[in-house]
Amino acid sequence: MTREGIIRLAVVVVAVAALEAACRLGAISPTVLIAPSAMVDSLWDILVAGTHTEDIFVSFVDVLASTAIAVVLGFLVGVVIHAWPALRAAVEPLLASYYAVPTFMFYPVFIILFGVGSGAIVAIAVLLAIVSMISATLTGLDRIPPVLGKTARILRLGPVERALKISLPAALPHLFTGVKLSVAYAFIGVIASEFILSGAGVGYAIAYAYNNFENRTMYGLMLLIVVAVTVVNTLLDTIDRRLQARLRR
Amino acid sequence: MRSTIGPALVLLGLVVAWEILHLVVANSGLPSPFETLAQLGVLFQDADFWKETAQTAQAFAIAVVISTIAGITLGILLGMNRTAGAVSEPILVNLYALPKVTLYPVVLLLFGLGISARIAFGVMHGMIPLTLFTMNAILQLKPVYRRSAAVMGLSSFDTSIRVVLPAILPEVITGTRLGFSLCLLGVLIGEMFASRNGLGYLVTHAMERGDMPTVLAVAVLLAVFALLANAALLALDRSRRH
Repeated sequence: MTREGIIRLAVVVVAVAALEAACRLGAISPTVLIAPSAMVDSLWDILVAGTHTEDIFVSFVDVLASTAIAVVLGFLVGVVIHAWPALRAAVEPLLASYYAVPTFMFYPVFIILFGVGSGAIVAIAVLLAIVSMISATLTGLDRIPPVLGKTARILRLGPVERALKISLPAALPHLFTGVKLSVAYAFIGVIASEFILSGAGVGYAIAYAYNNFENRTMYGLMLLIVVAVTVVNTLLDTIDRRLQARLRR
Repeated sequence: MRSTIGPALVLLGLVVAWEILHLVVANSGLPSPFETLAQLGVLFQDADFWKETAQTAQAFAIAVVISTIAGITLGILLGMNRTAGAVSEPILVNLYALPKVTLYPVVLLLFGLGISARIAFGVMHGMIPLTLFTMNAILQLKPVYRRSAAVMGLSSFDTSIRVVLPAILPEVITGTRLGFSLCLLGVLIGEMFASRNGLGYLVTHAMERGDMPTVLAVAVLLAVFALLANAALLALDRSRRH
C-alpha cells in the first residue's frame, strides 16, 4: 500500500471512530444518527433475517438492466453519430450541456408511460447513464491512432475483422470509462427514483423506514448502499486506471 | 450560423417525437407540447406558482453561493498540499458517484424539514465537483508559478489569492458550471421528498393529482433554465481560456 493509501485509511478510520465515540457518549442523539457499529449490526440483522432481500434484489436487477441497456444502446448510438459527421455537428453541442438538465424531473413522465415500477425506473436510469456512454464511445473512436487504420489496410482486413481486431481493442480504455460512469449514473438513477416514488427497492425501503421513524433499519440499509457503491466504484476505477495506463505506454 | 441550425433541428426533432408519443400513448395521459406550453401560460398567471418558484430560487441561490465559496476554498486547501490532495481525491470521487439521495434522511434529521435541509442537500451535490476541479487544477499547475511566489516571499494566503486562483480560473469556472447544475438537482430532489415548498414539491403534488400538464410544464421550464444558465457559464468559460 502507498503512503497516501495508509493515510487515507487512517483518515477514514479516525472519522468513523470519532463518530462512534460521539454517538456512544451521547453528543449525537440516536434519533438523529446511530453509531457506526449499530449500523453494521442492523445491516447484519437485515441480511440474516432476509427482511429486505427482495428489495435488494429488485434494486440490483434494475441497476444491472439500466447499465446493460445504457452501455449497449449508448455504444451503438455513439458509432452511428461518429460515422455521420453532419449528425455529429448537430448533436455534440447538446451532448455537452446534457448533464446540466435536471433529467430527474421527467421521472413522473415515465411513470405515466410505464406505470409505477421497474419500467419507469430503468427508463430514467438509462436516460441518465446513456449520454456518458455515447460521449465515451465518440472519444474512443476519435482517439484510435491513424497508424492502426493503415496497418489494417496493409493486412487487408475486412470491415468486420478490422472493427473486432483493431478498432474495438484500441477504443477499449475509453469505452470502459463510459461503462464506469454508466454504472455510477445507473445507481444514482435507480436509487433516487425508488426513493421519490415506487413500491419496491432499497431506495423505497429507506424512504419507508424514514417515514416510520425506524432509524435502525434506515441506517442499516444506507450503509448497504454506501458500501455496495463504494466497492463497485473502486473496483471499476482500478480496472479503469490499468486500462488508462496501457494507453500511455 | 451553421453551428446553431443543427442543434436547433435536433431539438425540433425531439418536440416532434414528443408529439408522436402523445398521439401514440393510449387515451393520452401524456400532454402534447402545445398543451404543456398552454399550461405554462396558465402557471405564469398563478400567484402560487411564483411563490413556489421564489422558494426554490431562494434555496438554490444560497446553496450555489455556499457551495461555490466552500468548494473553491476546500479545493485550494487540499490542492496546495500534494499529500492532502492524493489522500482525499479517491474519497471525493467516491462521494461524487454516491447516490446522495440515500443520505437525504440524515440531512433531514440534522436540519429539520425547513429550507436549511434543502440548502444543505444542494451544497452536498454542488460542492464536490468544484472541490475536485480546483484541487486537480492546482496539482497540475506548472511548478514555476508557486516557485516565483515563494521567491517573492508571498504568504500562503497571498499565493492562493494572487497567483494560484488567477492561474486556475478556467478550471474553477468549469467546476462552477458543473456545481451549478448539480446544486439545482440537489435542491429539486430535496423538494420532491418530504417538503411542502418549492417547484419540486409542485411537481410531486401535481403528479399525485394526475395533473400531467403541470408536471411537464415545470420540468421543461427547469430544463430550459438549466440549459440557458449552462450556455452562459460555457461562454464565460470560453472567454477565460488561455
